[in-house]
Amino acid sequence: MTLLLAGAVPIRLVHLSAVDVAIIAFYFVLVLSIGWYLKNRANTGEDFFMAGREMTAWVAGLSFLSANLGALELMGWAGSAYQYGILATHWYWIGAIPAMLFLALVMMPFYYISKTHSVPGYLKLRFGEPSRALSAISFAFMTVLMSGVNMFAMAKVMQIVLGWDINFSIWVSSLTVAIYVTLGGLRSAIFNEVLQFVLIWSGALLVPILGLYEAGGWTNLKNLIGERASAQYVHLWAGLGSFSANPMGIHWTGIVFGLGAIISMGYWTTDFLVVQRILAAKDIRSAELAPIIGAGFKMMVPFIVILPGLLGLAVLPEKLVPESMAAVTGAHSYNDVLPLMFARYLGPGLLGLGITALIAGFMSGMAGNVSAFTTVWTYDIYRPLINSNGSDHHYVNMGRWTTLIGVLISIGTAYLVMQFASIMDYVQALFSFFIAPLFGTVVLGMLWKRATGPGGFWGLLCGTLCSIGMWAWVKVDPTALRYVALSPHAKGLAQDMYQALWSFLVCVSVTVAVSLATKPTADGDLSGLVYGLTEVPAVGEVPLYQRPIFWAAIVTVVFFVLNIVFW
Amino acid sequence: MISIWFFVGISLVVNGALILAAGIYQWIDPPANATVVLSYLHAGVWWGALLLLVGIFYCFRFAPKR
Repeated sequence: MTLLLAGAVPIRLVHLSAVDVAIIAFYFVLVLSIGWYLKNRANTGEDFFMAGREMTAWVAGLSFLSANLGALELMGWAGSAYQYGILATHWYWIGAIPAMLFLALVMMPFYYISKTHSVPGYLKLRFGEPSRALSAISFAFMTVLMSGVNMFAMAKVMQIVLGWDINFSIWVSSLTVAIYVTLGGLRSAIFNEVLQFVLIWSGALLVPILGLYEAGGWTNLKNLIGERASAQYVHLWAGLGSFSANPMGIHWTGIVFGLGAIISMGYWTTDFLVVQRILAAKDIRSAELAPIIGAGFKMMVPFIVILPGLLGLAVLPEKLVPESMAAVTGAHSYNDVLPLMFARYLGPGLLGLGITALIAGFMSGMAGNVSAFTTVWTYDIYRPLINSNGSDHHYVNMGRWTTLIGVLISIGTAYLVMQFASIMDYVQALFSFFIAPLFGTVVLGMLWKRATGPGGFWGLLCGTLCSIGMWAWVKVDPTALRYVALSPHAKGLAQDMYQALWSFLVCVSVTVAVSLATKPTADGDLSGLVYGLTEVPAVGEVPLYQRPIFWAAIVTVVFFVLNIVFW
Repeated sequence: MISIWFFVGISLVVNGALILAAGIYQWIDPPANATVVLSYLHAGVWWGALLLLVGIFYCFRFAPKR
C-alpha cells in the first residue's frame, strides 16, 4: 500500500508508558537471543538455507503464514475494511484458501520430491537454465527492493503512530533482522516467525473482542455500519453483480477469476518467500499439512484485521479520510484505523503488546524477504552463473554475506524512496508483473508433460511483458482501464485482477503454442517433476485425522460456510 | 535443541506478567484522565493473567530438560 508518504505528519496517535517500552525492548532481546542460540546450527547449506528440512507441520505452517502477515498488511487491510467494508475479506478467503489447498495437495509433492532449494530451482529442473535465470534474477531484484519499500513505509508508520525517528526505526529493525538471519539462517527466521505469529495474535486479538462488546454484538455492528456508511459494507458477494453496486468498483468475475484463480494462486504457490517455509518441512506429510494449517489460520485473520476496520467505521467518533486528503487537512486517514483502535481499547502493557505485534509483523516479513533473497541469489544466480565449483562451506559464507548485503540494499532502497516517493508505486507494480505468468509456467510444467523448455521460457517472458504493457498503457492513459477490466465503471483494484488474468492467459497460450512447435522432452527426464510421470509418495499409514486430505476437506467446508454466512 | 514453543512460552510469561502487573496497578490506582474506552472491564488484568498461564504451561511442557 502506498501510505503515509505525504509531507504532513500529524500528532502521534499513541503514547507509550514505561511498561509498553519494556515489552517492546524484551521482544528485541528475545529475537536476538534466538538467533544467537541457533548460530551453531547453521553450518551446512541444508541447515542455513533449508533449516535442515526438519520443521514440523505446525512450525512450517505458522511460519508460512507469518512471512505474509506483515505490519503493512495488517494496517493496510484494516484501512481497506474501513474504506470498502467486508469486501476486503476476499483477499483472505477466496484470495488465499483455495490457493493454499492447491499448493498442499497438488503442487507440494512435486516441489518436495524434486528436492529443489527454490521455485527457480524447480524451473531449472523442468524447463532449463534460461527459465531459471529469468525467474531468479527478477525475483531476487524485486524481493530486495520490496523489502526496502516496506522498511521505509513501516518506519513512516512508526513515526506517525509513536513519534519515532525514521532513521532509528529503519536501522534498529533492519539490523536486528540482519543479525538473527545471518547467525541462524532460515531456521532462525522460521523460529522468529512462529514467535511473531503468537505475538501478533496475542497483541491484536483484544481489539475485536472489546470492539464487539462495545458495539453490542455483530447484529448491532451491522446496523451501525448501515447507518454510518451503507448496508453493502457488510456483504461479501451480494453487491458484486455489477461494478457500480459495491464500494470497491469490482465485479465477481474479477474476484473469482482474477484474484482467486490467478493472483492468489501465483502468490501462494510460486512466491518463494512463502514456499521456502514449506520446503523446510521434515517429510511429505508435514509439507502437505503445513499449507493446510496455514489456511486454517488464514481464515481467522480477518477477525484481527477486517473486523477492527469495520468496528472503526461503527464506533470511532471521527470520520477517517483518504491518504491524500489526510496529508492536506491533518485528519486521520483510513490506514490509521488499526492504531486508533489500539489507542481506544488498549491500556498500558496491552498497548505495548499491540505495538510489538506491528513491529513483529514487519520484521517477520522482512526476514522472509531476506532469507528468500539469500537462497535464490546463492543457489540460483551465484552458483550456476558465477562460481559453480565452490564448497558447501563457501556457499554458506556467501549466504551470510548475502544476508547482510541484502539488508544494506534494502536500507538503501528505503532512503531512495524517502527522496523519491513515486519509486514506491513503481516497485510495488513491478512485483505484481511476475506473479501471474510465473504461476502459469509452473503449473503447466507440473501438470502437462508436453510443455517444453522453450515453451516455458517464452511463455514466462511474454506473460510478463504483457503484464508490463497493460500497466504502462493504463499509466499513460487512465481511460484504458475500461478495456483492461472490461467495464467503464472499473476502479483501480479491478486493474490488478484483470491484468493478472490476461497475463496468465498469454503465458499459457504462448507456452502451449511454442511447446507444440518444439521437440517434446523425453518422459524419462521428467520423472519426479510432472504429474503422470511421477509416483507421488504416500503420506504413510496414519489415521484419517492425521491425513492432509481430511483437514483440507474440513477447511474447504468451513470456507464455504463462512462465505455463505457473510454473503 | 530447545523447542521453539519454549521460547514462545517465555515470551508469553514475561509479557503476561508485565501486562498483569500494569493492569492491577491501574485497577488500584486508576488514572484521573483515562482515555481508554471500556477501562472498567480491566482487560489488562484478565488478558495478562491468561497470557501468563498459557506461557507457564508452554514453558513447562516444552522445557529443555523434558
